[in-house]
Amino acid sequence: MKSSVITFPGSNCDRDMDVALKKFGFNNKMVWHNDHELPNSDLVVLPGGFSYGDYLRCGSMASKSKIMQSVINFAKSGGLVMGICNGFQILVETGLVPGVLLRNKYLEFICKNVFVKLDNKNNKYFKNLNKDVLELHIAHNEGNYFCTKDQLKEIEDNNQIAVYYCNNLGQIEEKFNPNGSIKNIAGIFNKEKNVLGMMPHPERMIDQNLSGEDGSLFFKNLINNIK
Amino acid sequence: MLVNEKVAIEHGLKVDEYKKICNLLNRTPNITELGIFSAMWNEHCSYKSSKLHLKKLPTKGKKVIQGPGENAGVIDVEDGDAIVFKVESHNHPSFIEPYQGAATGVGGIMRDVFTMGARPIANLNSIHFGSPQHKKTKNLLRGVVHGIGGYGNCMGIPTIAGQTSFDSSYNGNILVNAMTLGLVKKNKIFYSKAAGLNKPVIYVGSKTGRDGIHGASMASASFDEKIEDKKPTVQVGDPFTEKLLLEACLELMAGDSIISIQDMGAAGLTSSSIEMASKGNLGIEINLDKVPCRESKMTPYEIMLSESQERMLIVLENGKEDIAKKIFDKWNLDFAVIGKTTNSKNIELIFNNEKVANIPINNLVENSPTYDRKWKKSKLPKKNKIKKEVVKKLKIKDVLKKVLSSPNVCSKEWIWQQYDHTVMGDTIQKPGGDSGVVRIHGTNKAVAASIDSSAVYCWAHPLTGGKQVVAESWRNLISVGATPIAITNCLNFGSPEKEENMGEFVECVQGIGEASEYLKFPVVSGNVSFYNQTKDVGIKPTPTIGGVGLIKDYNKMITMNFKENDNLVLILGKTEGHIDQSLFARTILDEKNGPPPEVNLFNEKNNGESLLNLIDKNLIKSAHDISLGGILTAIAKMCIKGDKGIKLKRSKNLINEIEYFFSEDQGRYIIEINPKDLKEVTKILNKNSVHHEEIGVIIDKELIINEKTKVTIDELKSYNTNWLTNYMSK
Repeated sequence: MKSSVITFPGSNCDRDMDVALKKFGFNNKMVWHNDHELPNSDLVVLPGGFSYGDYLRCGSMASKSKIMQSVINFAKSGGLVMGICNGFQILVETGLVPGVLLRNKYLEFICKNVFVKLDNKNNKYFKNLNKDVLELHIAHNEGNYFCTKDQLKEIEDNNQIAVYYCNNLGQIEEKFNPNGSIKNIAGIFNKEKNVLGMMPHPERMIDQNLSGEDGSLFFKNLINNIK
Repeated sequence: MLVNEKVAIEHGLKVDEYKKICNLLNRTPNITELGIFSAMWNEHCSYKSSKLHLKKLPTKGKKVIQGPGENAGVIDVEDGDAIVFKVESHNHPSFIEPYQGAATGVGGIMRDVFTMGARPIANLNSIHFGSPQHKKTKNLLRGVVHGIGGYGNCMGIPTIAGQTSFDSSYNGNILVNAMTLGLVKKNKIFYSKAAGLNKPVIYVGSKTGRDGIHGASMASASFDEKIEDKKPTVQVGDPFTEKLLLEACLELMAGDSIISIQDMGAAGLTSSSIEMASKGNLGIEINLDKVPCRESKMTPYEIMLSESQERMLIVLENGKEDIAKKIFDKWNLDFAVIGKTTNSKNIELIFNNEKVANIPINNLVENSPTYDRKWKKSKLPKKNKIKKEVVKKLKIKDVLKKVLSSPNVCSKEWIWQQYDHTVMGDTIQKPGGDSGVVRIHGTNKAVAASIDSSAVYCWAHPLTGGKQVVAESWRNLISVGATPIAITNCLNFGSPEKEENMGEFVECVQGIGEASEYLKFPVVSGNVSFYNQTKDVGIKPTPTIGGVGLIKDYNKMITMNFKENDNLVLILGKTEGHIDQSLFARTILDEKNGPPPEVNLFNEKNNGESLLNLIDKNLIKSAHDISLGGILTAIAKMCIKGDKGIKLKRSKNLINEIEYFFSEDQGRYIIEINPKDLKEVTKILNKNSVHHEEIGVIIDKELIINEKTKVTIDELKSYNTNWLTNYMSK
């Protein structure tokens, strides 16, 4: 299975994502933001970091970089595109997924483990996962998901909410919401469910010596679903 | 502008120093030259008050590849890998402008590390604030934490450990010490020594602006009521540019184009160009018209003294300019050939086709002033008699609650949750333990790092305090199973022109030297920050020690959380009941006098090495060093972390229970072992003559101190975790 990780100026989880994808069997290539052509890929990942230093708005300048036109075309033709953290911020800026990511409610960067509840397994990302609650890691300053009421209705009608912040039992309550996201939303799909944007970092949870291993479950399952 | 004595004094030079400059040059310097002298001769760059004493520190060892004198120290961590590390202060700017001051402190220390060819793999920091009741403390703390996070998070380097303290002596002078570790191949280390004639001198990174002019001079003076006027001397950081600079430099370093490289830190272009030429025994010629500037009409004086961030100076091999330029273009960074190396042994500056400065480099470096300042020796204070009747009335549970929730002991999670501590995917021990630990990517090895200071002990008796900080760093590394290798120090003191402050400096350095010599834990890099004082009031002497150690197989790493019911808990090291200068004495008894606990280096070494031996034999389940707050505080923290309880035994020790639990004798650890290993553990400890005693057994969720006193783990957590969050949200 072939994957591509895009490196923007200021990306800083690109290597971590490369390590994770290779660990679980992807043949991964790093792609420079200034390239035009996307290599032949089964999965394209927009990694975390601070592309363009978060200047203007998080993800906004990266969404206009050269490679992104190819990524957008790839997504529109049904290709799998996953944006993690800053990658999610870039995705909302391209319009591939609806909504925006505001500054965290308490105006502070948060780095910690969180639990997320999977809402929709009818997609390539989560199909066949035998767990409904994953322990993942967040590290962000702007992860407060927001959208209009109309958008929210549309998202809900189309089952586009991918993961919610919750506790270890999967209870979705405001007190388990780390950043003020509307409805505890931690990640969403596009309508077609081939594009996934989420704040938590599965690539930081890929061995028992790190924060946990639920990221391993995610990647193992993902590559099996793509095969 | 005409240069005279008055102008020289405005530049922070003393009258004698100005006269010396005129004599060395055999003429009056022009204003640019005076600026250059003032930048090179200030305390921050010249170490004029400290270098006589720093020379005495042990700096060599089998594992030391590079000691002090380079951008950072370098140690060998086997298999061709090396760790580059250093700690540096950014105290003065952080008090004036906490966000930018702290951010650029982090940026500066990371540049020091990647200048040597190393990719930064971990950041640490030691930050000290005034009394929590002081009106400035909360905003300073928030600003500093945001600044450290803002820079380190954006760079994508995990912040893996730190230290925060509060003491009213920092009311007018906070301390911000930042430390970085980088990883490099032993045969790919870059140094700052220029070599060869007519080699192109290259400027890369951000453009030069008017920010930070005289930053180093500001850091070499005390504060007064006009401190707000100094805001323009604080640099403004841009971590995004630094991230690009890091990647571009490492890309260029992969090839063979670079002869030498130096970051533009304190005193910017001045010190970087002069240091490179001086080390290579060469001259350097710079055409200032070629320096990329952010603002128009900048004068030679401003260009040379600007401390704009994220800039590097490189001496390249001839003919490599195009290769290098291509890399910096790719990363959208400025690249300019601004000069060349010469055989004149002078620094020569050209501006608008005129020579605007011409100074023999040895006058700036070797001939810089050195002072053997007067200093006052400290006496060991007399021991206090503990008021038995006061202690008798105290309830252990109340004392424990007060100690665990005191600002200097309470959990600092509010702080470190704002730092990305997991990026790079190799952090195997997060902040909140004895040391932070990161794996060496792709190997079985891991590096542990700890940052410590004990200003109260140093204030009470500088010699003992100096020893203690080194010993504590050593213990913190051993507690996670790392073999200590070397240290870096950041020496924060008041004015060297005051005999008391200078005495504190001299004796702390002596203590650091003695301990590091004995423990074979050499000093490989460091920095001195004097003049941490407002008007006449100096801070408590605060030497910060950053220790680094190696774990050869990270599967053997130890954490401090209690692991399993029925396991036995032992104390290594003898408890004598030393209460003076303990947190208990200061917060509960309100007793501020007396000597700090004695540091017995033989015991430190013996106890530490014996514990490492036990760890290596897989006999240790958890370990934690006993420091601030004594035995019971250490145990409570191990309970909180592990969500486990302990049933304590009545100690055979004859001293009073409170003294036993809260005294701060040195050289002690708490360890958890499996009961089946007790015999073997005891045998090894007895053989090595390590004092030890069994103190309890692990149970569920309750700390049972004696028949009458029990505390649930949830209670302990609430004591420990709430103070800082509540304080910051008020």
